[in-house]
Amino acid sequence: MKCKVCREHAVVDIRRHNAAFCRTHFLDHLSNQVAKTIKEFEMFSPDDRLLIAVSGGKDSLALWDILLDLGYDTTGFYLDLGIGGYSTRSKTASIAYAESRGAKLIVRSLTEEHGYTVPELSKLTGRVPCSGCGLNKRYEFNRAALEEGFGVLVTGHNLDDEVATLFGNVLHWNVDMLGRQSPVLDERLLAHGGEQRTVMVKKVKPLVKIAERETAAYALLKGIDYVVEECPMVEGNTQHKYKEAVTLLEESSPGTKSQMYFGFLKKAAPRFAEPGDSAELAACMSCGSVTIAVETGDPLCSFCRTKNLALKRKEQGIVAPAPRRKKRR
Amino acid sequence: MKVKLRNPDRVVEVSGPRNVSTLLRELQIVPEAVLVIRDATLLTRDESLNEDDFIEVRPVLSGGSR
Repeated sequence: MKCKVCREHAVVDIRRHNAAFCRTHFLDHLSNQVAKTIKEFEMFSPDDRLLIAVSGGKDSLALWDILLDLGYDTTGFYLDLGIGGYSTRSKTASIAYAESRGAKLIVRSLTEEHGYTVPELSKLTGRVPCSGCGLNKRYEFNRAALEEGFGVLVTGHNLDDEVATLFGNVLHWNVDMLGRQSPVLDERLLAHGGEQRTVMVKKVKPLVKIAERETAAYALLKGIDYVVEECPMVEGNTQHKYKEAVTLLEESSPGTKSQMYFGFLKKAAPRFAEPGDSAELAACMSCGSVTIAVETGDPLCSFCRTKNLALKRKEQGIVAPAPRRKKRR
Repeated sequence: MKVKLRNPDRVVEVSGPRNVSTLLRELQIVPEAVLVIRDATLLTRDESLNEDDFIEVRPVLSGGSR
């Protein structure tokens, strides 16, 4: 194959664009796609201080690399989830990348912040590991951004992530989730002592136009030493099954993922969005984070409820029944 | 040629020249779900492979929490 731009030898083909690229023009293409996404969805400006969640994997490190090259003011945030050697290697990769670029990286650990790891949390509460992990990551990313004074939280969610989530939300008709699925989630404010304060920072996903295969190709071609191994807790993960299913469709009909996601954003998402739903939000009695307390009658947010349960059981030495899920084939 | 596969890491032997598309079809791997790597660079589907090549087929779909 020849590069679409210079007709030199191509190293990456992108079938949904009916194009192939040499190394130089592929890297340019991806950077341009990210820059266009940031502009199109009004994600942030060069004046914003950005906190980027990094995992040591291809998506977050490729995105950080692109944002640094585009000149944005970014600081990395790595959360050590305590998943044995996998977390150790992920942290090492994140720190090594930050040092190689002279970039700032904040490192925190779940054990130090809250007293448990992701595997422990699953054993103590009976939650599927990925569920507890997601809850804690969302909470800690937001908390770090608020505490450290960042206006925007950037994550490496890519086209495959968004399509898999959309696929799952449609399969189960999670209409609330469909109403909130967007490349940009605006900051949320709550009244506090006569003033409005930010309880959730603005969250953005600049990789929504980039497929997972392309972030992996970018990382490899740029020599970014990312963690290739899969998280050991992911076995049986539903999100992964959805990705495999949609990738089969993409293989036989290139462009399927893009059509599904951007068609949803344009034609369907507005129908699921409910204006004014923030009226039902309140502050968690324990941490001040946002919760739907009025609706549930519970004064604690879901993070604090889960944390309290885990620590109480840890103290009492109680282990919950293992979460039920099928083996991945 | 030797082909490195992941999750779990292992190396399989495949004999005879072929291109990337044919190799992936024989290994029953969906091309959209992997990168094919030789000497630290990427190969497109039409690229020819040689008997003495060492090829890595690296999965790109990750699972996990959101």
